[in-house]
Amino acid sequence: MKNIQDILKERILVLDGAMGTMIQQYKFTEEDYRGERFKDWGQPLQGNNDLLSLTQPEAIKEIHGKYFEAGADIAETNTFSGTTIAMEDYGMEDLVYELNYESAKIAKEVADEFTAKNPDKPRFVAGSIGPTNRTASMSPDVNDPGFRAVTFDDLRVAYKLQIEALLDGGSDILLVETVFDTLNAKAALFAIEEVKDERGIDVPIMVSGTITDASGRTLSGQTAEAFLVSISHIPMLSVGFNCALGANQLTPHLEVLAQKAEFNVSAHPNAGLPNAFGEYDETPEQMAGQIKEFLDKSLINIIGGCCGTTPAHIKAIADLATQYKPRLI
Amino acid sequence: MMEENKEKLSTLNSQLSTEKRYLRLSGLEPMIVNENMNFINVGERTNVAGSRKFLRLIKEEKFDEALDIARHQVEGGAQVIDINMDDGLLDGKEAMVRYLNLIMAEPDIARVPIMIDSSKWEIIEAGLQVVQGKCVVNSISLKEGKEKFINEAKLIKRYGAAVIVMAFDYVGQADNYERRIEIAERSYRILVDEVDFAPEDIIFDLNIFPVATGMDEHKLNAIDFIEATRWVRQNLPHCSVSGGVSNVSFSFRGNNPVREAMHSVFLFHAIKAGMNMGIVNPAMLEVYDDIPKDLLERVEDVILNRRDDATERLLDFAETVKGTGKKEAGQDLSWREEPLQDRITRALVKGIDQFIVEDVEEARQASDKPIEVIEGHLMTGMNVVGDLFGEGKMFLPQVVKSARVMKKAVAYLLPYIEEEKLKNPKVEGASDNAGKILMATVKGDVHDIGKNIVSVVLACNNYEIVDLGVMVPPEKIIQAAIDENVDAIGLSGLITPSLDEMVYLAKEMQRKDFTMPLLIGGATTSKAHTAVKIDPQYEGSVVHVNDASRAVTVVGDLLKPDTKEDYIKSIKEDYDVFREKFLKRTKKKEYLSIADARANHYKIDWETSEIVKPNQLGIQVIENQDLNELVDYIDWSPFFRSWDLHGKYPDILEDKVVGPQAKELFADAKEMLDKLLAEKWLTAKAIFGLYEANTVNTDDIEISLNGEQKATFRTLRQQLKKYKGKPNFALSDFVAPKESGKQDYMGCFCVTTGFGTAAKAKEFEENLDDYNAIMVKALADRLAEAYAEYLHKEVRMKHWGYAANEGLTNEELIKEIYKGIRPAPGYPACPDHLEKLTIWELLKVKETIGVELTESIAMWPAASVSGYYFGNEEARYFGLGKIKEDQVKDFANRKAIDLELAEKWLSPNIADD
Repeated sequence: MKNIQDILKERILVLDGAMGTMIQQYKFTEEDYRGERFKDWGQPLQGNNDLLSLTQPEAIKEIHGKYFEAGADIAETNTFSGTTIAMEDYGMEDLVYELNYESAKIAKEVADEFTAKNPDKPRFVAGSIGPTNRTASMSPDVNDPGFRAVTFDDLRVAYKLQIEALLDGGSDILLVETVFDTLNAKAALFAIEEVKDERGIDVPIMVSGTITDASGRTLSGQTAEAFLVSISHIPMLSVGFNCALGANQLTPHLEVLAQKAEFNVSAHPNAGLPNAFGEYDETPEQMAGQIKEFLDKSLINIIGGCCGTTPAHIKAIADLATQYKPRLI
Repeated sequence: MMEENKEKLSTLNSQLSTEKRYLRLSGLEPMIVNENMNFINVGERTNVAGSRKFLRLIKEEKFDEALDIARHQVEGGAQVIDINMDDGLLDGKEAMVRYLNLIMAEPDIARVPIMIDSSKWEIIEAGLQVVQGKCVVNSISLKEGKEKFINEAKLIKRYGAAVIVMAFDYVGQADNYERRIEIAERSYRILVDEVDFAPEDIIFDLNIFPVATGMDEHKLNAIDFIEATRWVRQNLPHCSVSGGVSNVSFSFRGNNPVREAMHSVFLFHAIKAGMNMGIVNPAMLEVYDDIPKDLLERVEDVILNRRDDATERLLDFAETVKGTGKKEAGQDLSWREEPLQDRITRALVKGIDQFIVEDVEEARQASDKPIEVIEGHLMTGMNVVGDLFGEGKMFLPQVVKSARVMKKAVAYLLPYIEEEKLKNPKVEGASDNAGKILMATVKGDVHDIGKNIVSVVLACNNYEIVDLGVMVPPEKIIQAAIDENVDAIGLSGLITPSLDEMVYLAKEMQRKDFTMPLLIGGATTSKAHTAVKIDPQYEGSVVHVNDASRAVTVVGDLLKPDTKEDYIKSIKEDYDVFREKFLKRTKKKEYLSIADARANHYKIDWETSEIVKPNQLGIQVIENQDLNELVDYIDWSPFFRSWDLHGKYPDILEDKVVGPQAKELFADAKEMLDKLLAEKWLTAKAIFGLYEANTVNTDDIEISLNGEQKATFRTLRQQLKKYKGKPNFALSDFVAPKESGKQDYMGCFCVTTGFGTAAKAKEFEENLDDYNAIMVKALADRLAEAYAEYLHKEVRMKHWGYAANEGLTNEELIKEIYKGIRPAPGYPACPDHLEKLTIWELLKVKETIGVELTESIAMWPAASVSGYYFGNEEARYFGLGKIKEDQVKDFANRKAIDLELAEKWLSPNIADD
């Protein structure tokens, strides 16, 4: 099987689309979320999507399958909130290792199936590492700017557990994504380096930030280039942006990365901006039309979708991507 | 895989030497050090080791002001800010984290990269854990061995920071060319080959040392640095070179023209050799091309070590350069040829009163009515003054001088205006001023320099000032506000009890249903106190105005019909938010009970601690101290501060922004000082007593003379919970406790230079000369402080005699590096003013030298200083901070006073629950 670095020199790789949007279509109830195992859990569990890897593994498997079917090269594990910090909301800190391990295992099984069917298009699993629900360089209390709800060390320890489980479960890549606070990402990267060191392994790392609004900055205030400089001490497979904005607003920031980064550049935008009901209504064709601009400008090495995207979106994007050469590093 | 890695490494190495790689740093914005960035200027005022002001602000937890220092640097062009919290009395780690967290919330500061500066690894690491951008660590070195160096470098890499590597190893600091390049190369190879550290993230500090010290081994210091820099940049690919430039001219301290030239010459050659980063004070830099040829030649001889006698030649030449600076030749009167309005404007802007009467007379003859001269010519000129001041192109002392010219002009015109009124009674006088402001220093307080400055500045801007003077009781302020129908009230105070007076006045204003704005100012006031204690008492606007330059804008915004409404609303909201924030902040602090705090007192080993018996016990009085003896003891920095010129003396005289103005003010001050001394305007007196003393019950100090008990000083103890190992201080810790069986000693004193000040100031005021009225008060204050310093030295060396061999320079005295302290009641270590009463009773101060205490226990005359003497080597200054109710109760009991009274006097220090 070819090394992902080498494949990236040849073609644009496609990342899958939204997990949450697909889960919504199953209309799972509280009971479905709980399954047999957690039927007596003391807290409501509906909305804990990561938990579905344990209670509805078939659904998760099916979603991964649909995205691979649509043409995705890389599947993201169902572990966006898989840290002790984010799982505190559900009282499930103790389950974090298992959640990540099982999620990675499920994704890897499906990926291996598809690779076996078509060895010319090997499929990869990216262990998804979300930002947690706390920020290390901002105060949640507007009246006390010096306060921090989470420390670097809290994050490092939490991320380390998630990373170990994702690797044990079979992840090929680690994807630190939806970075709204660079310091959180740096803690995750620090933990990855520790694990790499302790295990004597190398593992490709993708980092994807989030530009939150029209100001063109991350939530923690950095410009795209400052974000890039702040994380470039780690050898990365790719750096990019995802979420928050639709594809069209993302262009100028991707241009900065494409021009300055010594790494591959990735993007997985939302299907436009949410409408008044919180739904994303950019059609696959519309989104592909926007993404065409990235490709025409040669900005991209890895492309996929975030909130609101479905296998249909990924198919449209994948079909388009085959017609283009990847950005040269 | 192995093969592949090797291959990668070899391609990497070959790329290394050819490919350009740049140091990249980031705050909220990126900073790429490429060819376009000739030199990166690192701001270093946020360093407790280098800035006494910053240290004080951090110690006193005045983080807002500490943030202002960082902000000023960034605004002033610092491209990176160096932050250092290494100080024995600070919890460096906590201070670093706290300050960095606050910086991260200030986008105008956080946009630049941070340099985390500490000699302690734990502080560096704590800093790295709270900054999202790519920082620089300052510094690591091979000083403590290779293993530590590698471990730290690995972690720095993992945290994603660049690093300054000092040319330092176990032998010591590299001090010649060979050692510099040898250590640099060794460090570089370890970092690049063994740690896999990005070479572009390495910055060498190759040690800048002084030249022209007179010692032969220092001759090569500059050229060795420059040549080592050249070698490093050529042979160690992609790295940077940095250093602290002012070191090089150390031996010419006090001779700024030479120092500035040396810095420029050094940088000129070092930058050419490849130095691309450093700490340089922009105010201490001459433009290379502007250095006079003869000076340039001699400086270059020294820096580049071009002649054996280079040092001697520069020293000789320096004597001729010293002090001459850039003095203008003669008085240029060509402006007298210009049109009338230009002359009047110039006289006002430059503060020249020499020709104003003749110019005003000319204007009067050219006008229909005398009032038109004020409304036309003079206001046109004052508007220019106002604009320049608003743009920061004029400074306070200049504005006060402008006012002096204005007053003189108006005084000349007044009789004509009166005459005009008699002739034509229908015509009203100039009543269309911008507003009427009542100004007063509150009851019990006598300090009015700041208030007078604000009054003058407002008057310059066309406000009518009703100045009620000092020690004004609240009823008088209220009545005057009604009678005069004023538009705003400004209150001033310098001592802490004044804070309560202001709160009381705000309540009274509310009770009387006043609506006009209340302005709060003076050294002891703060935005925090105003927001938390004063603002809630009054529904009208309450604004803290911390400097005179802001007063005009604030008053303008408060009174102008078009801005008024919005501004008043925004101020209230701002204070609401600030108050909430402040109250939340204080809640998080943890306090010890007074018993636990006492248990954690500072422990001196009384078995080994040296106690010296004073040469003479009892009271001594000095009448008619020769003021000339005090001049050398003056600390000038606070003098400039009282005129809103900020900076340290003597550097302030060379400051890029305020330097010229500071020089002029200083010349005026010196001139008046000479007159003041020659004509004996002021009388200086002092009284002090030295006593047997022992601490009892941990916090009280019993004073006796020849075994007879005379008084008890009650001290206050810090109650804020400290980090492990840090004591909770009280002044009593510095005196041996009775149980120790040792007889210890302490003293107390009062000095004054204030007799004569008020009369002289009044004389000036009557001559419409506010500038000199303020000046004489400011000088008297400085002399009083100088007297306190001088007397302390006399006591240490003669009267007590524990430091008989001490020989400190004035600079060292100001830096307070001698043994023993002289804390003053009402100041941070002992904020309780009531203790002054004990001193007054013990020494019979009022009866003997005539210095009185007002009802707020301020000293009158104002230019007076009183305090205690503690002689123990371990005695030190500290800030009491906040205390809890249990200590207040205990204190009231010990002093046998009502709890209410104790609460009133200690209220600024009582922690809010």
